[in-house]
Amino acid sequence: MELKNSTFLGYPRDNGRVGVRNHVIILPVDDLSNAACEAVANNIKGAMAIPHPYGRLQFGADLDLHFRTLIGTGSNPNVAAVVVIGIEDQWAKKVADGIAATGKPVSFFGIEQHGDHDTIMRASKVARQYVQSASELRRVERPLKDLWVSTKCGESDTTSGCGANPTVGDAFDKLYPHGVTLAFGETTELTGGEHLVAARCRNDEVRKKFQFFFDRYQQVIERHKTSDLSDSQPTKGNIEGGLTTIEEKALGNIQKIGRKCMVDGAIDKAEMPTAPGLWFMDSSSAAAEMLTLLGAAGFVVHFFPTGQGNVIGNPILPVIKLCANPRTVRTMSEHIDVDVSGLLRREMTPDQAGDALLDCMFRTANGRLTAAEALGHREFVLTRLYESA
Amino acid sequence: MIHFVVHDENDSVGVVVVEGVKSGQELSGWIMDQDKDIKVKAMSDIPIGHKLAIRALGKDSTVIKYGVDIGRVVAPIQVGEHAHVHNIKTKRW
Repeated sequence: MELKNSTFLGYPRDNGRVGVRNHVIILPVDDLSNAACEAVANNIKGAMAIPHPYGRLQFGADLDLHFRTLIGTGSNPNVAAVVVIGIEDQWAKKVADGIAATGKPVSFFGIEQHGDHDTIMRASKVARQYVQSASELRRVERPLKDLWVSTKCGESDTTSGCGANPTVGDAFDKLYPHGVTLAFGETTELTGGEHLVAARCRNDEVRKKFQFFFDRYQQVIERHKTSDLSDSQPTKGNIEGGLTTIEEKALGNIQKIGRKCMVDGAIDKAEMPTAPGLWFMDSSSAAAEMLTLLGAAGFVVHFFPTGQGNVIGNPILPVIKLCANPRTVRTMSEHIDVDVSGLLRREMTPDQAGDALLDCMFRTANGRLTAAEALGHREFVLTRLYESA
Repeated sequence: MIHFVVHDENDSVGVVVVEGVKSGQELSGWIMDQDKDIKVKAMSDIPIGHKLAIRALGKDSTVIKYGVDIGRVVAPIQVGEHAHVHNIKTKRW
């Protein structure tokens, strides 16, 4: 596929970023505010609540990550406007102020001294205005370089490593020269292939940072493990699909970064890339956690290869699923956006598979709903680093 | 018809990509990186996505896939036999 001069239709935001969705979100700071957020979203059609179970008594790096993830989610260009609700004003204001830096409309409400009813009423009035304003925004033609594309796979099997993951790799190799911002992660799922990623790092500074994140996660495993992790990494689904060891899973995983692109930077969880190129983001390999972190880092389209059939979606990040396992494509077709099973029958070349994924990427960016969006998958899972105080 | 694929010609295992492979079946394989053909007789029933050995693997030897070490053999594996968690373990963690 010739990508030179390629464009997509997106929503330009005040901070220069471009979204491919136009969500108005009702964002709880904490578990206690979920009910009010869901009530507002129920009152106002077109508003979406993003409930989650955390936000109380967190501290230190874990609290920083909580704020970074919520602020990043609200700041994502796929989001047009945000209503933040917290049990009290101060943390709600902190989240709203962070999002306001993008220039998009944002308001915050604290429940204490008001109760749910009054908060829901006031927040609903604001949400109605936001939804109506957002509905008047129009898509405009933008260059391909304005698209931020992430990848992470799930319920992988051996067909992921032979088919679906190399397809993402082919697409990444094609997007990379055009100044697209790309990301991968899944730190522990590089175990056994970390030397291959280190070798692909742009320079020693990036390599050192990647190695720091990799070693830090290995220390977490070493500290808490009670076995060789063969009951959880690879997962039971991975093993059912034929994957035997973490090393095999990692080598399949690494196929997603293609053969040509270099790793231009390494960032911590939910941090935002600062330049185009391919970024490694330290992350859990659990699908919902990583997709939540990628949404918070500002990615607007996601490539999700699966083997055994992970069904995940995300509230703000359209998740494109591709699969090379002919059985999964047959039994779970409603979840699969791009069928690349022809690769394993030699009926499709890697180049054709990559182009099929890119075609789906452009259609998704232009507004076509993914399977996960149509099915209502909105998994939003915050990563915790340790216990609350 | 391809029954299994192999990433690299130096690999010790291939991946079954069709359903219903039975012991005794003659299988046709495709080595992707070198674009070569290979034939192996299945010595076990092997589910789709699972691996078969394309060379004999002794106990404690290293299993190679993608041209890279993916673990150690804990029970000998014959050519054409199912290679999975019952005869291969991780070297990490």
